[in-house]
Amino acid sequence: MTVFGALGFSAPWLLLGLLALPILWLILRAVPPAPIRRRFPGVVLLLGLKDDEQVSDRTPWWLLLLRMLAVAAVILGLAGPVLNPEPEADAAGTSPLLVLMDASWASAADWRARQDAIEALLTRAGRDDRPVALVRLSAPEAPQFQAADVWRSRLAGVLPEPWEPLAEQVTRLMSLLPDSDFDTYWLSDGLARDSRGELLATLEQRGRVTVFESPRSLYAIEPARFSDGNVALHLRRLHPGPEADISVVAQGLDPAGNPATLARASVTFATEAVTAETELSLPAELRARVTRFEVEGQRSAGAVTLPDDSLRRREVALIAGNENREGLELLSPLHYLTRALEPNADLLDGALLDILPANPDVIILADVATLSAAEQQATLDWLDSGGMLLRFAGPRLAASDVSRDSEDALMPVRLRAGGRTVGGAMSWGEPKSLAAFTPESPFAGLDVPEDVKITAQVMAQPDPNLADRVIAQLDDGTPLVTRKRVGQGQIVLFHVTANAEWSSLPLSGLFVQMLERLAVSSTPTQPEATDLEGTIWQPAVVLDAFGTPRDADTLPGVDGPALITAPLGPDLRPGLYQGEDRSLARNVVTPDTVLMAASWPARIAVEGLSRPQETPLAGWLLALAVTLLLADVIASLALSGRLRGARAAAAIVAAVMLVPMAPDQARAQDDAFALAATAEVSLAHVLTGDAQLDDLALAGLRGLTETLYFRTSVEPSEPMGVDLERDELAFFPLLYWPVTPSQPTPSDEAYAKLNTYLRSGGMILFDTRDADVASFGAASPNGRKLQQLAAPLDIPPLEPIPPDHVLTRTFYLLQDFPGRYTARDVWVEAAPPDAELIEGMPFRNLNDNVTPVVIGGNDWAAAWAMDTRGNPLVAVGRGFSGERQREIAYRFGVNLVMHVLTGNYKSDQVHVPALLDRLGQ
Amino acid sequence: MIPALALRQTSEEEAARLPALLARAEKLAGTVLLGEHGRRRAGLGDDFWQYRPLQQGDSLRSIDWRRSGRSDGQYVREREWQIAQSVIVWLDQGASMRFASQKNLPTKLDHARLLTLAASILLVRGGERVGLTGWTLPPRRGREQILRLAEAFTTDAPEDYAEPEARGMLPHARALFVSDFLADPGPIEAALTKAADRGVRGVLLQVLDPSEEAFPFQGRTIFESIGKSLAHETLKAADLRSRYLDRLAARKARLEHLCRVTGWQYSCHHTNTSAQSALLWVYRAMDGGHG
Repeated sequence: MTVFGALGFSAPWLLLGLLALPILWLILRAVPPAPIRRRFPGVVLLLGLKDDEQVSDRTPWWLLLLRMLAVAAVILGLAGPVLNPEPEADAAGTSPLLVLMDASWASAADWRARQDAIEALLTRAGRDDRPVALVRLSAPEAPQFQAADVWRSRLAGVLPEPWEPLAEQVTRLMSLLPDSDFDTYWLSDGLARDSRGELLATLEQRGRVTVFESPRSLYAIEPARFSDGNVALHLRRLHPGPEADISVVAQGLDPAGNPATLARASVTFATEAVTAETELSLPAELRARVTRFEVEGQRSAGAVTLPDDSLRRREVALIAGNENREGLELLSPLHYLTRALEPNADLLDGALLDILPANPDVIILADVATLSAAEQQATLDWLDSGGMLLRFAGPRLAASDVSRDSEDALMPVRLRAGGRTVGGAMSWGEPKSLAAFTPESPFAGLDVPEDVKITAQVMAQPDPNLADRVIAQLDDGTPLVTRKRVGQGQIVLFHVTANAEWSSLPLSGLFVQMLERLAVSSTPTQPEATDLEGTIWQPAVVLDAFGTPRDADTLPGVDGPALITAPLGPDLRPGLYQGEDRSLARNVVTPDTVLMAASWPARIAVEGLSRPQETPLAGWLLALAVTLLLADVIASLALSGRLRGARAAAAIVAAVMLVPMAPDQARAQDDAFALAATAEVSLAHVLTGDAQLDDLALAGLRGLTETLYFRTSVEPSEPMGVDLERDELAFFPLLYWPVTPSQPTPSDEAYAKLNTYLRSGGMILFDTRDADVASFGAASPNGRKLQQLAAPLDIPPLEPIPPDHVLTRTFYLLQDFPGRYTARDVWVEAAPPDAELIEGMPFRNLNDNVTPVVIGGNDWAAAWAMDTRGNPLVAVGRGFSGERQREIAYRFGVNLVMHVLTGNYKSDQVHVPALLDRLGQ
Repeated sequence: MIPALALRQTSEEEAARLPALLARAEKLAGTVLLGEHGRRRAGLGDDFWQYRPLQQGDSLRSIDWRRSGRSDGQYVREREWQIAQSVIVWLDQGASMRFASQKNLPTKLDHARLLTLAASILLVRGGERVGLTGWTLPPRRGREQILRLAEAFTTDAPEDYAEPEARGMLPHARALFVSDFLADPGPIEAALTKAADRGVRGVLLQVLDPSEEAFPFQGRTIFESIGKSLAHETLKAADLRSRYLDRLAARKARLEHLCRVTGWQYSCHHTNTSAQSALLWVYRAMDGGHG
């Protein structure tokens, strides 16, 4: 290939043909256009007339130029021009090629571009007959050198992992490398890493190393933090560059439970800045629903951060026994609690019965002795569903008879009358201090300050289960904090007051820590590894490299300290981990993560991914030549007087038809479509792009339409083909969707439209047309395609059609649903699990709705298909039994349309006697 | 020998054209024939013209006694002069007439034939004797003659540009020459001069196709006559237009001059205009000749 600048020619010698152009010019110029012969009686008058000018009768210069251009385009086109030709590998030997991918989260954002790069690489390697091995650094395996074609077929399945290559993985890969020599293409993710240097040295010993790196900037988001009532989001980028605007969205569930974008903020990176931050102001209710923050448009795990409990502000209701002591702020039972909780919890104030419906996380009763029966019952219900009741003792509780003789439902222990006072002016003994916390206690590990003194407390009755319930005690062994679990919730009693009257505990930092440990207030900081010693955390949601949440049910639990300290890797995936009473998120990017661009030695060639695509221009040039020649035809005709009147009009019309349709026409077409679809009921099928299949589907629906017209009061108009991308679906009660492996997958907008259609009562009949050989598994190409097509659809659980489904009796009584094939399995929306057969009834009282999908593989359209005269188009079965099968197929179609149009009407038990009669029972 | 079947087929085809032409010509003539016009002068005829006093030389038989009885003088009843004129007709049936520039236009020959026959019918109905120039069909009266004329008009002449037949012109007869007059004007001039010598006056009706008037051609073109005996090649037809039109105008002027000299009348008619107007003009021109 000869290359001139960005243009290369595969057959450059053909360009010599351009030298012939001037000669051609002269020849064409000398030869006038071919004459037209005309019969004309007036010729006698012409005899003897001479033409004035000889020159102008030659081909005009512009026509010559047109022809020259056409010929030049042909010559250039045949010379095989290629724009941005790929440089031929200068070391295009047959030495094996190792394609090494970092395959980390940082390469996920432009993974498609990387795949294209590898694809081009493989194509070239295939041409040069070089064996290739593909290795991911984040999941190293022994390199297998195979033919490039083998790798090409497997390329689509090579995916990045959501972690960065660990040092031990790099070491492992180095030990797995073969001894023979090979060249290396290293698709780097662009992040600096200590392990790179050693690996690079090893690879350079074996052969040439070329590095590919994306010039695109990588965006990452740090875990969301709480600051001043707002959610603070810090963003980073890898390469400092010009000013960039990006948006950050908070994704979560809307009140109906559907995924939705809850908030959006735009972030501006200043010029040359690598960090940027923004704040999202979210109401508490909305904030609680946020499941993830992500950088919009970045498909990478680093651009997603999962919030855990640290972002949640707990709602705490404070209720005191007596609050009428005006002016004595420091003596208020709630003063210290308010101060301790305010920074990181939302406080609620009000009467208990008013607060309970708001479902607070914690209710604190400070020195409240008795609750009314209604209050007690409501509180118990709230406790059962996971509430936490925190009670503080006080003079009122000590003076009351609550939990005296028998344990009160809302008290963890029985109390002795009166309590005790130590270390006061009127008592013996010293004020008591706290004992160290036992390891079983939730306060284990907290330091006990010396200066915390308890002067008064309420005393617990020694009961058999008292020991289990004590979670903090004084140094004399008397309980200070006791706890009892109720349902999913718990009741905790501090045996002292919440103010400084009985103890100095509320004045100490320990008080705040204890409240944190009890999860009364949310912890603003990450827990330390030592805090989580011995705990096992279960992954709830894990992220893949693209930042897509994956189900983590099958993953093993993770040891607590490892969750905090271990680097992300195959054993610790980024995601949300669920502990006993809280959840912790491990995000890919943390405030400690260092994002630094990798630097390569100067001897290493670094290529960018955004190299312009190799574009062959031959087709364009030849098309240009044809266009020019067409123009030449018209021009020549016009010049020789053959293009007049009607012909000129026809030519102009033809030219106009090449111009794309104007939007007005498109809108008019939309209106026409809507009118045609809504004037009568009409059935519709999804256009698959396979003309034959679409024709058959249309013929099938036409047959069904005819059948309905003749047999039922449903009189549909002509069926229509529906383009999912363009047409409105809401007009059609039923969509027939034949599945073919070659059909394009609809766009996201089309899927949104389909989901709206399904939710608003539409029905789609999926037909895999393969007699259901694969039972909708991936074993048949149609089945695979069906899975792929239906995955984004909002489809409820399905089951094989039960014998008492309403489809079996909406018009005809049917047991089978054959089409051209007679497979039994047809799947519909599953019956509710509590549907039961009532004795004496032929069928259950099933779901109310029309099933949104019917899935089968019986090729119904073929069985229904009719030409315009009503003759069947496709043979079904043999002889009479075949005709019978076609008849049943029509009946199924009638039942289906009736089901769509009448819903569960035939499910009504009113019809039972008539149906029993018809069933002959 | 022509096989009987082929003969019959061709003869039926030929015969089929005749009634159609006749019918169309009759229809066309019917639109004009508003009434039989007298000669507007006293003469031999059936219709009353005027009463005039008896003059010297009138025979007694000519006195209208009923009119004379109402007064003292004698009156003679004069009848309008009605005399059968001989009209000789020449229709150019050369190949150049078999031309129509567009599909929806009749050929010049069709148009001319229709006009000529319609005029003949009118003339015959008006009591004239109509015949062809030359000796083939001398002027006669009656419906039979129309049939004969129609038959004669349906034969095509083989040559490209036909020359008028100047022989057999009856003295003081009337003549109707219909042609495109594109051929060499010499024979026409000769014929008209000869006719003028014999006191024959008449009408020249030039029938032209619109394209012959407009010359809407351009580009490199080879023009051929219908019989392909003549051809002319040009590299740029559009350039010839003005000169062609000049020549055509010159030809028309020459014809008009010729008519003026010989006492004939000339008109040019195009195939895309109504035949009726042309017929009216022909009829009036022929009539006016008498007047």
